Amino acid sequence: MLASLVSISLGAILVNNFIFSQFLGICPFLGCSNKMSTATGMSVAVIFVMTMASAICWVINTYLLIPLELAFMQTVAYILVIAVLVQFVEMFLKKMIPSLYSAMGIFLPLITTNCAVLGVVLLNTQNNYNFLESTVYGFTGGIGFALAIILFASVRERLEFADYPKAFEGFAIGLVSAALFALAFMGFSGMKIL
Amino acid sequence: MNTKQQLKEGLITNNPVLVQQIGLCATMAITTSLFNGLGMGLSVLIILTCCNVVVAAIRKFIPEQVRLAIFVVVIAGFVTIVDLLLQAFIPALSDALGVFIPLIVVNCIIIGRAEAFSSKNTVMASLKDGVFQGLGYTMVLVVMCLVRELLGAGTIGGGLLNGAASFITLDGTGAGIRVFSEEFGASALLLPFGGFLTLGLLLAAMQAMLNKSAEKKAVKEKEDKE
Repeated sequence: MLASLVSISLGAILVNNFIFSQFLGICPFLGCSNKMSTATGMSVAVIFVMTMASAICWVINTYLLIPLELAFMQTVAYILVIAVLVQFVEMFLKKMIPSLYSAMGIFLPLITTNCAVLGVVLLNTQNNYNFLESTVYGFTGGIGFALAIILFASVRERLEFADYPKAFEGFAIGLVSAALFALAFMGFSGMKIL
Repeated sequence: MNTKQQLKEGLITNNPVLVQQIGLCATMAITTSLFNGLGMGLSVLIILTCCNVVVAAIRKFIPEQVRLAIFVVVIAGFVTIVDLLLQAFIPALSDALGVFIPLIVVNCIIIGRAEAFSSKNTVMASLKDGVFQGLGYTMVLVVMCLVRELLGAGTIGGGLLNGAASFITLDGTGAGIRVFSEEFGASALLLPFGGFLTLGLLLAAMQAMLNKSAEKKAVKEKEDKE
């Protein structure tokens, strides 16, 4: 049990990193990595939503959709759960921790359309993970996302002062630097876990 | 707005990937063979067109506050339909694209067009917009596939075309037309690294082209003035 949890965690953080090897969550990864502070805020919110969404969607899938033979409605059900969850988190933060709420700003509602969140839930279902495995996969997947976006934000802050051809302005140079990151993360794929 | 202008916008001046820079995840993830690229592009085209038409048809009844939720439900419905159809009729494509078919739900292109175009325009204009934007997306996917597949594996049309006879297969087993031996290919281009790099260079090329045409225009205007 523990061994499988460790292998899921290491896989989600390094070997199959959501951004550098599975291409999930590229939009916020490029959109929110201009500054370190927004990158950190985004990571915290994504870790929270991914963990909660994995747990809740597992319960809904196992105790609602499968007994009612509505498994074909999974995508619709999951996206609604995520939308409600994000809305709920937003209301909770606004009431309880207003400072964090204002720091996150627009990024909070945008998590609904972050494909890493829907992706992790769909992968949980596809891999037949149990409740604990799903939650751990959601949490560590979020950590992997955070690792990628924070590493990338620190590079991008330096890119501001770099001298590159004019045509590469904006996303283009970002993607080329992300390619080098992906190359580095490829090294982990040789790692054999248990 | 006339058809020609809409076509030009979808393919070039307002291309979803190269200019609006949205929907990048799938663009990089699945463009390893022409079979995947075309399949994904056409799936998005169909879903985008259907969603555009439905959203345009009901645009007058949607309350402002809950419009995003309604868009998402419409999109999720069509994505489920296409997902189930692919599983039933082209299982090889469904296996190859995997989680990226259901993930079309959160593809920014579709919700972006619903918000920016079809919620404000007629059904006919939205239909055309869906087809042209979908074509623009498919075009980028096909270019990415051609580059990555040719330089990475040395073939053209992997999964779709079958050897010298160019016989089209839909079960994903076609080997493609071999241009050079596989051992000379830069196989890193087929890995995630290649996805990021190819799209980055493609975006840069597009920007260089747009910059150049803007410069030309400025020079011409200056000459006209003189």
